[in-house]
Amino acid sequence: MSAGHVAPKSMYYMVFLALLVGTGLTVAAAFVDMGAMNNVVMLAIAGIKASLVVLFFMHVRWSTRLTWVVAMAGFFWLLILFGLGMADYLTRGWVAGTLR
Amino acid sequence: MSDGHAHAEHLSGSTYGSPVHVDGGHPAPGHAHHPKLQHHFDDMGQQAEAATLGMWVFLVTEIMFFGGLFMAYLVYRHASPSAFQEASHHLNVFYGTLNTAILIVSSLTMALGVRSAQTSAPAKTQVMWIVITMMFGAAFLGIKAIEYTEKFRDHIVPGPNFRWEGLYPHGAEQFYSLYFCMTGLHALHMVIGLGIMTWLALTALRGRYNADYYTPVEVAGLYWHFVDIVWIFLFPLLYLIGRHYHAA
Repeated sequence: MSAGHVAPKSMYYMVFLALLVGTGLTVAAAFVDMGAMNNVVMLAIAGIKASLVVLFFMHVRWSTRLTWVVAMAGFFWLLILFGLGMADYLTRGWVAGTLR
Repeated sequence: MSDGHAHAEHLSGSTYGSPVHVDGGHPAPGHAHHPKLQHHFDDMGQQAEAATLGMWVFLVTEIMFFGGLFMAYLVYRHASPSAFQEASHHLNVFYGTLNTAILIVSSLTMALGVRSAQTSAPAKTQVMWIVITMMFGAAFLGIKAIEYTEKFRDHIVPGPNFRWEGLYPHGAEQFYSLYFCMTGLHALHMVIGLGIMTWLALTALRGRYNADYYTPVEVAGLYWHFVDIVWIFLFPLLYLIGRHYHAA
């Protein structure tokens, strides 16, 4: 049964190491001036770290497809929230006299 | 042909019409049942999958719960980016980094705890991993308490006594409102997590969990890792905005 997959200990240590390296990179990158790229790099690393936790620590890698769909739906809906929300705030003032 | 026949044909053609075993099948009507198997499940595998799925549905509501705060953060940071950078500089990067590392270690020990239950390790081993995880969780909250104390001491807690020396007192107060809401809600989840883990340790001590049945350990692990993920995003968004301006 898929829920009972036992992953080797070494895999957990590798993921742990990757998460620590990611944290170090995030802090180091924050002190380097990359302009707007600072935010992109910071969020990309956070996204990779979160994916590692979801896939390996939370066992989604070995879960049923139904669990995959439910988990992904949560993050997808979050992107809809941010996407539609910011579609308003980012575009205010694009047409003269519409600010506020 | 009558309407009734067409209707029946439609039903039989549908995938919803046929009985489906979610786990792909250990239908064991003749077997002796595991004492933890509830009567509405076919077998232990199906029961474990249902529990995992149910926990994920709950975690999706949690994603949206925190998501509302992240959305508010986006809107206000977009409205006053300079104020957010100035305000973020008053957070302690060392404490933030240390707490991130502590939570990652606690996630590792939690994962190893779930694995120990999965592999029918002795009850003592299972309890050891759970207690180690709780110790790191408590350490996280301790450091958070030190940070909060410093903020109260420096009068940068939003409210009538909020004082700000910089250029953007209004935007800084907005930043710290979000800081306390987001880290406060996260800390509350940590406290609830410690409560769940206490119960888990007590039940594990009685030798309740082994390879056949470890659902509570698995589900508590899912919760713990989720709270870790929230912090993985909170840390850079709150502590590390525009740090390079002061690096020079």
